[in-house]
Amino acid sequence: MVTAHPTPDYPISPRRNYGSWVIVAIAVLIVALLVLMLVRNTAFAWDAVLHYLFHPLILSGLAVTLQLTVVVLVCALVLATLVAMLRLSSSRVLQAIGRTYVWFFRGVPALIQLIFWYNIGMVVPVVSLTLPGVGTLFSINTNDVISPFIAAVIALSLCEAGYLAEIIRAGIKSVPSGQVEAARALGMSRGRTLRRIVVPQAMPFIIPPTGNEAISLLKMTSLVAYIAVDDLFYTAQSIYSRTFETIPLLVVVAVWYLVAVTILTIGQGYLERYYGRMDDPLPAGMAYRVWRVALAARHRSSK
Amino acid sequence: MIDAVDTMVLARGLRKSFGDSEALKGIDLDVPTGSVTCIIGPSGSGKSTLLRCINHLEPPTSGTLLVGGQYVGYDLRNGRLREVRQSVLSQRRAGIGMVFQAFNLFAHMTVLENLIEAPMAVHRLPRGEAVSAAMLLLERVGLLDKAGAYPRQLSGGQQQRVAIARALAMKPRVLLFDEPTSALDPQLGREVLSVMRTLAESGITMVVVTHEIEFARKAADQVIFLDAGVVVERGKPADILDNPQSASLQRFLSGTLTATRD
Repeated sequence: MVTAHPTPDYPISPRRNYGSWVIVAIAVLIVALLVLMLVRNTAFAWDAVLHYLFHPLILSGLAVTLQLTVVVLVCALVLATLVAMLRLSSSRVLQAIGRTYVWFFRGVPALIQLIFWYNIGMVVPVVSLTLPGVGTLFSINTNDVISPFIAAVIALSLCEAGYLAEIIRAGIKSVPSGQVEAARALGMSRGRTLRRIVVPQAMPFIIPPTGNEAISLLKMTSLVAYIAVDDLFYTAQSIYSRTFETIPLLVVVAVWYLVAVTILTIGQGYLERYYGRMDDPLPAGMAYRVWRVALAARHRSSK
Repeated sequence: MIDAVDTMVLARGLRKSFGDSEALKGIDLDVPTGSVTCIIGPSGSGKSTLLRCINHLEPPTSGTLLVGGQYVGYDLRNGRLREVRQSVLSQRRAGIGMVFQAFNLFAHMTVLENLIEAPMAVHRLPRGEAVSAAMLLLERVGLLDKAGAYPRQLSGGQQQRVAIARALAMKPRVLLFDEPTSALDPQLGREVLSVMRTLAESGITMVVVTHEIEFARKAADQVIFLDAGVVVERGKPADILDNPQSASLQRFLSGTLTATRD
């Protein structure tokens, strides 16, 4: 039984939160003071910032930074895949090798690895191949081959691979073992199982953290200034050591890193959304997608 | 390959240990070609291990296991069993279908893609042929309209029927079922069991690990009761299920009867 009960439509007034207004007021004040300082403090010399922002030297430094990031990322991904395979292999010896690699190259600071590879000539002055009875086939000075850029690529790739290997291993381990068993039971080869069953399902777990690594790698490349690779930071350094416009050039460098990181972040967002949907994981080639779309279209038109 | 054999699966003195614990303690098994064998027994009795030994997902520790008159993971040469190469093992496994308790459909592929993947990869079937064969199989398990669906869009019963179709797509000589209805509620279990009944009548060799006593009674030619890694009783379903001799089987049957579905 429902008894009569008055139910007028009272208006609802939301809870007041005075505390947050105080915090907003303080934040606005701080930002205003900062802006005032940025505008009025002559050390920032905004005309110098504008002058150097698109300076050819700075732009070529930016190009080196981006080039270094891409080359290192590609090398590190290849190496990391191999290390992850070692860590996932059934042989205890191979597992130990993989574990040791990660332990060492993640444990030693990148800057120290960088300076070591820059000075590799002190350890191995000459690389040569001499066969008994044939004589020396080739002999080269290490310093002629290992330019600062090459040293940077080697050091940063070895280091970054340590981090990426763990990401790849975790991604592959997150695929349920039943998926592999089903593929085995169907008679699929190990390679095919990995390629067609495991990797596509591991991708949603691998891509987002790899994007994070790419962003931190981009910034990590600024370490190469220590071994005189003319990247963005080193170029700025060499200009302000002559002109003493230190702060404006640091602003220029910061702006370009922020721009690059922002672009990477947007790209990462796209990738995450793309791989986040289980409907369309890794496209096994464009043809496969086209085929699916065509099937769907035929299905629709037949209705 | 040996073509016509009377005994599709033959085990003699089959043992399997995991570390210190022995899951199978000398199993003898004969599965005649074209027959249905149901393996029943309490949890941990070694039923699933036995099944997984048959397609070498678990390599046996010792003993003989032949499928179609042939070792699965080994070649007999100079009086030694040598482990075969991975590719040879894969080829032999392709002839042994398996249906899992947890379905294990490839989660990132549609139903159709699940069905054509292995035939194209292992039997090198052209896509067109694989697709038309897959469509016929989907019709057989009553899921033709789900060809474009992803596994997670299907009910458990539908997923298991797709898994059966996927195993059949390889044209296996023997089909292994590892508790195919244990993860399903009674109604969904029934639709899977009815597909299995039809298969059993079609004359394919089946080895079914199951808790479904009624299925065993109606569909099996032979029932094996396994307890603690040993075959305790074996025989015709009527003899085994209605007239159990051993105390352990009597206890097992009275325990499961209450949980039995029609």
